[in-house]
Amino acid sequence: MTFLDKHKNDIAEILSRYPVKRSALIPLLYIAQRDQGYVSETAMKEIARLLGLTPPQVYETVTFYTMFNLKPVGKFHIQVCKSLMCALVGSDTMIGWIKTKLGIAPGESTTDGLFTLSAVECLAACGTGPMMQINEDYYERVTEDKLDRILADLRSTGTSALKSGPFMWPEPAPSEQGA
Amino acid sequence: MPQHELILLKNMMQPGYTGSLPDYEKTGGYQAVRNTLGKIAPADVTAIVRKSGLRGRGGAGFPTGVKWGFLPKDYQGPRYLCCNADESEPGTFKDRQLMERDPHQVLEGILLACYAIGAESAYIYIRGEMVLGSRILEHAIDEARAAGYIGKNILGTGIHADVWVHRGAGAYICGEETALLESLEGKRGLPRIKPPFPATHGLYNKPTVVNNVETLANLPHIMNRGPEWFAAIGSPPKSTGTRVFCVSGHVKRPGNYEVPMGVTVRELVYEHAGGMRSDKPMKAFIPGGASAPFLTPAHLDVKLDFEHVATAGSMLGSGGVTIMEEGTSMVWAALRLMEFFYHESCGKCSPCREGSSWLVQTLRRILAKRGRMEDLETLLDLCKNIAGRTVCAFGDAEVAPIQSTLKHWRQEYVDLIHEAEAANLIKPEPVGRH
Repeated sequence: MTFLDKHKNDIAEILSRYPVKRSALIPLLYIAQRDQGYVSETAMKEIARLLGLTPPQVYETVTFYTMFNLKPVGKFHIQVCKSLMCALVGSDTMIGWIKTKLGIAPGESTTDGLFTLSAVECLAACGTGPMMQINEDYYERVTEDKLDRILADLRSTGTSALKSGPFMWPEPAPSEQGA
Repeated sequence: MPQHELILLKNMMQPGYTGSLPDYEKTGGYQAVRNTLGKIAPADVTAIVRKSGLRGRGGAGFPTGVKWGFLPKDYQGPRYLCCNADESEPGTFKDRQLMERDPHQVLEGILLACYAIGAESAYIYIRGEMVLGSRILEHAIDEARAAGYIGKNILGTGIHADVWVHRGAGAYICGEETALLESLEGKRGLPRIKPPFPATHGLYNKPTVVNNVETLANLPHIMNRGPEWFAAIGSPPKSTGTRVFCVSGHVKRPGNYEVPMGVTVRELVYEHAGGMRSDKPMKAFIPGGASAPFLTPAHLDVKLDFEHVATAGSMLGSGGVTIMEEGTSMVWAALRLMEFFYHESCGKCSPCREGSSWLVQTLRRILAKRGRMEDLETLLDLCKNIAGRTVCAFGDAEVAPIQSTLKHWRQEYVDLIHEAEAANLIKPEPVGRH
């Protein structure tokens, strides 16, 4: 069964949002990536056929955006923000911790296929750096101790309670609440 | 602490406020939609927003009501509203908070804007990394649709407006409004040549308005309390209302602070953000995101409004205020931002695509103490040949860190080159490096 058949209902709903089919391209690529962990050539061809595009039209779009993986990545894709605002508060140090703990540099994966490390540009969490995104979740104000706990959580349960919830920073101090 | 009234962050500061529809309605939420749709003529809504003086909070600061007014009056086909939630300007993290903590405030603003411009479809283009934010918005849209605020025949008025969340996929340039439209059409996010402007040829070549999240979030308050009330806040007549400033870098309490426009940097940093994080004094700051030129402590009393920051030689931009303490290398800081721009250049225009790469290489060489004195002229020459020579404002933005650090801290560049010369470290560039 192709991934298009598998996600038929989701795809129909997505197509209904746009008057022009091609607008569904990025949402469909996300479905493909969620399905396989990366966007395969087969998936690109299937999407092209569905949207009435040529495979190169799909490929040129995929390659413009950094969030699409064209080859498999680790089960947990760690993306550390390295832009200036995070660098001011220690993102380089944090990349060093991860290098030591996992034995991988940015662009590399652990041999067990669990972790891939990337150094990326700004993720819009500049007030709570250093920070990283792992798969769909943000982890902010990361310390070495917190990093240890996150990695241990991910290994044992596949997720971590230390991930960010709905964002607000600074949190209101009790005396200011209701002001 | 804050003496002034909070507008946009007020609800979320209430203990226990979850941002759900019932919570939002309890604070008077959707009253503006109830009192406006079908009761005030769309052209009058535009006039009210124009009168409030509201200017875009995304970066360029264009007056919102004027932007709406550019849509053709007699056009019969569909029109679109796009909410720019691509928040990617380094130093900026306010829209994320507005969307994740009080999504209905943003949705109500979207509905009011749709009504004013006659759009029946709105897309929230949210940056792809904000998965949580997109889920929260989608949930809020479902809530609002079930309550009759979104969809066909809103609250029985005969007015239709539907709203969808569209995730980007990791490209800074898609915050530029025409690149956003290209991306929303399923293409590479390359900015379009303007004119024609989105007001006449936007999404699918139809009349379109693109407004930032914070801009839209202000609309319910303007409709509820009147344009005169809004126009009196901040630094009238040209910078009205509040701004959610995002403070980052070497301060004690970084974060989002909503203050009336026109407060000074000093006030923002020392009264709101708790001052510097250590005993090191401030060395530099950026007042409006990575695209805004660096300023020095001599500019601490500059008022944070559009005009005063521009007069000081920078721009208010997206409201991202980044503070750097003494000891921070300005050449390093400029390189870090330049690496960002090099990575994010979309590649459409040669001066930007090639120039950003040369700028990064030259800065790296200087920082690695392999620079030569003529590199400084090379940098400035490159900057001159990028700014103003590209399709979008990215070209102007990327030269800001270099031009401003060279203006204020030229000696740091010179010292690095002198060190290189003294130690006889200058070596020819390896062949084929460029």
